[in-house]
Amino acid sequence: MDTLVARYSRPGAFQNERHIEDGQDDLNDDTTPSLSLKFALPPVAQPSAWLRSATDDRSNPHCPIKIAHGTTTLAFRFQGGIIVATDSRATAGNWIASQTVKKVIEINNCLLGTMAGGAADCQYWLAWLGMQCRLHELRHKRRISVAAASKVLANLVYQYKGMGLSMGTMCAGVTKEEGPALYYIDSDGTRLSGNLFCVGSGQTFAYGVLDAEYKYDLSVEEALELGSRSILAATHRDAYSGGFINLYHVKEEGWVKHGFSDTNPIFWNTKLEKGEFTNVTSSFAEDEQAGNRV
Amino acid sequence: MAMFSQNPVLDGPNYSFAEAPQVRADGFREHRFNPYTDNGGTTVAIAGDGFAMMAGDTRSTSGYSINTRFAPKVFKIGGSTSSQEDANILLSVVGFAADGEALKERLDAICKMYRYRHGKPMTVNACAKRLSTILYQKRFFPYYVYAILGGLDEENKGAVYSYDPVGSYEREQCRAGGAAASLIMPFLDNQVNFKNQYIPGSGVGHALQERERTPLPRSDVEVLVKDAFDSAVERHIEVGDALQVMIITKDGIEEKILPLKKD
Repeated sequence: MDTLVARYSRPGAFQNERHIEDGQDDLNDDTTPSLSLKFALPPVAQPSAWLRSATDDRSNPHCPIKIAHGTTTLAFRFQGGIIVATDSRATAGNWIASQTVKKVIEINNCLLGTMAGGAADCQYWLAWLGMQCRLHELRHKRRISVAAASKVLANLVYQYKGMGLSMGTMCAGVTKEEGPALYYIDSDGTRLSGNLFCVGSGQTFAYGVLDAEYKYDLSVEEALELGSRSILAATHRDAYSGGFINLYHVKEEGWVKHGFSDTNPIFWNTKLEKGEFTNVTSSFAEDEQAGNRV
Repeated sequence: MAMFSQNPVLDGPNYSFAEAPQVRADGFREHRFNPYTDNGGTTVAIAGDGFAMMAGDTRSTSGYSINTRFAPKVFKIGGSTSSQEDANILLSVVGFAADGEALKERLDAICKMYRYRHGKPMTVNACAKRLSTILYQKRFFPYYVYAILGGLDEENKGAVYSYDPVGSYEREQCRAGGAAASLIMPFLDNQVNFKNQYIPGSGVGHALQERERTPLPRSDVEVLVKDAFDSAVERHIEVGDALQVMIITKDGIEEKILPLKKD
């Protein structure tokens, strides 16, 4: 029955498609935008099931195509705007594919998106969102609200529901009408507004630190430090997170970048100078063998 | 996974569509749509100051058999003719060779069309973004390809962009892709990005300072790449035969074929 239905129907996103096998028309047709919504589909009854067997390393550990995954990202609202912080590790199975991923995506000069889940899905659709936001500006002669931008994205991913997109993203921006606004959108179609979100495999560890210390009245310095410290906690306990801490502060005038800093020196500074992480020994091998734990 | 590890001569035809249906433990025959083959091989790209180097071995395998000892996987992209004499971009593809070939043809056609319309070659960063969208167009039926793009940026600095099969990309100083990526990448981290290298005597224990990162000169990079491949050949069955090296500078692209072990 499923096969029969699949043969005569297309997922929502492909309903208005005239031809799926688009071939080479992107070469000749000047009007086709480069971020077009035409996708090639495998010639099988259930593309999504096939895609899962070929690319999902959780349902099939031996899948031939490994898509980059694994993350800790967080964002929270406070009196001075919004802090956005992420780690920078991408994993494909057990392999660390990269330690230098930019998981904060600059949609435009006052909107930020974060990347969790499929790296390509987030990069592509947030770039697409940037295009939609710019079009909104040109049509309406004013900046798009964060609520509207996030809804554009949420509606888009909802169209593709069940097709295998994987993204958990946060949209952060400050506008005159909304003040600091933060939305969480994921590939199931969920869209939530809130004060504080952590997304990704290390989310629980980041929530642990963030929930304990979070207040809306944090000063800018305190807020930046808290964002950085929460990511540090996640990189310490979640094997799928690590690399560098990417820190951003979003204000009404736009966002400001506060560095892309290596976790290793930050970790040792936090331990040795602030006396945290006491479960980790800072002594070297010889001392440890002698039983001198510092 | 059977397809990627079986000996095709023993277990039947090895081109993917002709794969024989497998009998599962419960007695049912399983038919599958299996459009990919892993053709093995490895690529490396390193960006320097004023040049970018891209290298790949030329062995093509499926399962345990070697199909050919000379199948290049580094290509010049975006020249005005098929000889690619004035090309300004390099593309390496590893994974499924047929998908790689299709991807190369497509990107090359797009770059040529751009040159024809605009009367100038595509910049590397524009080409890098375009390659990302080409890969993503096949998000639901991916190219089984790990692509690396190389060239010179607007400041004549070497640029290397690496991709996953569905188009997420990042500019990097160096990248290894394919079968022996896990053997070569840690070596490159240490030798190109100086990871875990500290200045001797700069401190004690955790106070040690990291060695400053500087772009490597071309002569060092050439040696580094050859050493990396010689080592990979020793420990990976899908790598060997010959090493194709392309170096892009402001004066154009040089190509060299160096020998690797053929066993």
